[in-house]
Amino acid sequence: MTQPLIDIKGVTHAYQTQSGPLPVLDNLNVSVPEGGFAAVVGPSGCGKSTLTRLIAGLMKPDTGEVWLHGERVKGPRSTVGMAFQNPVLLEWRSILKNVLLPLEIVPTKLSKKEAEDRARHLLELVGLDGFEDKRPSELSGGMRQRASLCRALIHQPEVLILDEPFGALDAFTREDLWQIMHRVKEEEPFTGVLITHDLRESVFLADEVIVLSGRPATTQYRLKVPMDGPRDLEHLYTPETAEMLAILRHQIEIAQGRAPAESSEVAE
Amino acid sequence: MFQKIAVPVAAIVIFLIFWEALVWINGWPNYKMASPSDLWPAFWKFRDLFFTMGWDTLWRTVVGLGLAVVVGVGIGMIMGFSRLMRDALYPLLVGFNAIPKATVVPIVALMFVGAHDFNTVLIAFMISFFPIAVSVSIGLSTLEPEYRDILRSLGASRMTIFWKIALPKTLPEFFGALKVAVTLAFIGTNLMEIVSPHGRGLGALFDSGKTNADYPLMFAVLIALAFLGIVLYYVVVALEKIFAGWAERSPT
Ligand SMILES: Nc1ncnc2c1ncn2[C@@H]1O[C@H](COP(=O)(O)OP(=O)(O)OP(=O)(O)O)[C@@H](O)[C@H]1O
Ligand SMILES: [Mg+2]
Repeated sequence: MTQPLIDIKGVTHAYQTQSGPLPVLDNLNVSVPEGGFAAVVGPSGCGKSTLTRLIAGLMKPDTGEVWLHGERVKGPRSTVGMAFQNPVLLEWRSILKNVLLPLEIVPTKLSKKEAEDRARHLLELVGLDGFEDKRPSELSGGMRQRASLCRALIHQPEVLILDEPFGALDAFTREDLWQIMHRVKEEEPFTGVLITHDLRESVFLADEVIVLSGRPATTQYRLKVPMDGPRDLEHLYTPETAEMLAILRHQIEIAQGRAPAESSEVAE
Repeated sequence: MFQKIAVPVAAIVIFLIFWEALVWINGWPNYKMASPSDLWPAFWKFRDLFFTMGWDTLWRTVVGLGLAVVVGVGIGMIMGFSRLMRDALYPLLVGFNAIPKATVVPIVALMFVGAHDFNTVLIAFMISFFPIAVSVSIGLSTLEPEYRDILRSLGASRMTIFWKIALPKTLPEFFGALKVAVTLAFIGTNLMEIVSPHGRGLGALFDSGKTNADYPLMFAVLIALAFLGIVLYYVVVALEKIFAGWAERSPT
């Protein structure tokens, strides 16, 4: 077996709070192969965002190791792109300048012109052509989220970390963005981790769904999703999808403590 | 654009007419309340003094305010970035700000006797740096963590994050505070000018009007002060438009 691109080995982490240490992750193991796209679901507050911050090198785990592309993560690295539920665009910059922001930090081989062309291309890919010179305040929530996605991709990151990027959007806009994600994935090779609360989103976008237990989180369940390239929304209504959703829903109930735990299992 | 100028001018004219009528109807003598028609002769008689004194007041206010901006932003940065420093400095700052500056003026005047320019600038600075420090520190400490994380996850330094995100994001709050600070600095300058003996500036001119019982002169100084205050304020507004215009929502 080839080495996974993202490899989280036995990570345990606790936050120091006023009322003592709060254990958040407990001996967590996650690995994502190169080009894979893993969705992480779990009860609210179980430590999903913490996991993304560890992968991005924004925090160090108490124990355990995070490896990216065969290298131990010790701090932030420019091969990571991030997008959050809050698009955090800079209001004083145009959309194009917002997308270009990472290239002002990360060393790049692209000339100014090439960088701009790439930004324009990404914006076109997500359907934002014609909005390059607009300010973020002139865009709708879904459009801002698309711009934020372009910014996360502009420096061609190896790893794309998405923390509930579509969580604040209405259902139709969200489905739009799911399809855009498939388009992006085809053109821009990346290895992805998607945090989400939406089980339909997880099986539509990811090739593996990881269910975390309640806090402190460990891997409770893993579900491989058969994925053969881009798909359309019809896919959400197939019997196979319905079956996967039922399994995941059951697992979430276990994680929330609302259903009795069975002997832990990993479906392949 | 026309409306933006015409409406305030009309408002001022109506105000002056109302004032004139009030004095005229009540038959108030000059020493009780000067009327607008007395002001122009008073101004014209001392016009050279008005210009030199006005200039003194203006530059000392601006220098004091400039100092307040530099020091206020510095303190704001320290408090905005460090929890410890915020806890340490906040009570000190609030206490310092709570002292009425009218009580500090004579102290400063005695401490640095004769250093009139220095005293005035010092008071203008002391009275106006507080809102700037507070607004900058609040702006920086309330920056959503995601804003920091998008740059930090790429390996950006704290300084880069400050210049690219934290500082510009704080500009609207900064200018809000600067509008308050400019008025305060102006008050500070005049306090000092009125109190210190043989002073200069419009405050001193006011004081000499008082000594000579020249009431129209006193009122003319007040109008000149109002005029300077308006000019200073709108300079700040113009700067805000240039540097933080993006924060203005178009009315829809
Ligand atoms: N900086 C911090 N200091 C102390 N506790 C924290 C900190 N960040 C998060 N926590 C706590 O750690 C737990 C996990 O937080 P985290 O944000 O990783 O959860 P999450 O799974 O992303 O939640 P959600 O689904 O609501 O986004 C929460 O209980 C939270 O209150
Ligand atoms: Mg979260």
